[in-house]
Amino acid sequence: MADSKGSMTCGGMCGGKGIETFKEGAWANNPIAIQVLGICSALAVTSKLSNSLVMGVALLFVCVGSNLFVSLLRNRTPHRIRMIAEVAIIATFVILFDQILKAFFPAMSKQLGPYVGLIITNCIVMGRAEAFALQNPPLLSMIDGVANGVGYGVVLAAIGFFRELFGTGEVMGYKLLSESWYTPNQVISSAPGAFIALGILIAIFNAVKGPDPEESK
Amino acid sequence: MNETSAIVILIAAIFTNNILLANFLGMCSFVACSNQIGTAIGLGTAVTFVTVTTSMINFAVYHYVLVPLELAHLQFIVFIAVIAAFVQFVEMFVERFSPKLYFALGIFLPLITVNCAILGASMFLIIRNYTFAQSVGFGFGGGLGWMLAIVLMAGLRQKMRYSNIPKPFENVPIAMIVTGVLAMAFMGFGGMVSIQ
Repeated sequence: MADSKGSMTCGGMCGGKGIETFKEGAWANNPIAIQVLGICSALAVTSKLSNSLVMGVALLFVCVGSNLFVSLLRNRTPHRIRMIAEVAIIATFVILFDQILKAFFPAMSKQLGPYVGLIITNCIVMGRAEAFALQNPPLLSMIDGVANGVGYGVVLAAIGFFRELFGTGEVMGYKLLSESWYTPNQVISSAPGAFIALGILIAIFNAVKGPDPEESK
Repeated sequence: MNETSAIVILIAAIFTNNILLANFLGMCSFVACSNQIGTAIGLGTAVTFVTVTTSMINFAVYHYVLVPLELAHLQFIVFIAVIAAFVQFVEMFVERFSPKLYFALGIFLPLITVNCAILGASMFLIIRNYTFAQSVGFGFGGGLGWMLAIVLMAGLRQKMRYSNIPKPFENVPIAMIVTGVLAMAFMGFGGMVSIQ
């Protein structure tokens, strides 16, 4: 699903390398389903679709911003202090997003609680900065950030959709499963449902990608 | 400011509001390091120690430095800096005074900086407006709760090595589903004590 989106967003503006980078980040090496990184937030905020979407946007914003700046500064950062520099850059963007959320969507900010702040320790952002942005030019790094943000967002939205659907019978206020034949299952919107839903999702990814996903890495 | 005593918060943080099974914090190292009980105990001890101490430091930093200076919005970056610096300090300290413990814990210490359970504990105690005693209780309970969860999981995974799991479910997916069942079991503690 993320594949078609990849060629759409990228268009003809960036060459083959950009499209390849996008596919790699959003699908072949999907941060959650394949690499199993940053799953804390994927579990915590997905009890509702709206929360998942906001979290997806937050990660996209932070990942693009931090990748861009890490990449711009990559030739100036001494190797030994690069980790601290990365954390400082990431934290800056997280604080920015958190402040924007607090100012314009206070209700959403309350619901997400500490999980926006916890993007700082999200292995996806740090991992991309370390593994990609340090070696690649700014534009490509930004594409990589978008790809990983989209890959993360799509997976989160999928989990959020199904958990909200089966947990409450409605999605974003629309009643989809009538109570006459479906009794909303509380467990799915609480903690255990999150773990089980993510487990099943990763298993589906593994099954779709073929018997040995390790080989494609 | 709520009135719950620190002991109640400690118990609640271990059982009813387990930092991993109810708040999903510290999942990365939970999945990666839950293959052996010995490793799990080592990592759990280190996390507990660092969580308690950084909760105390971050509580003090937030209430006596950041709030008076009206810099509360910088809490994220300050907290992570405190945690990173503290872990570095512990590493040097342990290396100097107890080389044996250093080799036992050594490999886990750098991992702890990016363990979101620790940053999460610091953030929860600001959001929930805890007093100092409550913060210590929460940090300690959170660390112990995390340790309990990872040790339980390591035990289960050791047994699971001999079971016949469908191919797509091997490794991470089955670990997730087992964690889900574990979380369900912990929900049974639900009515015992509660913190908001």
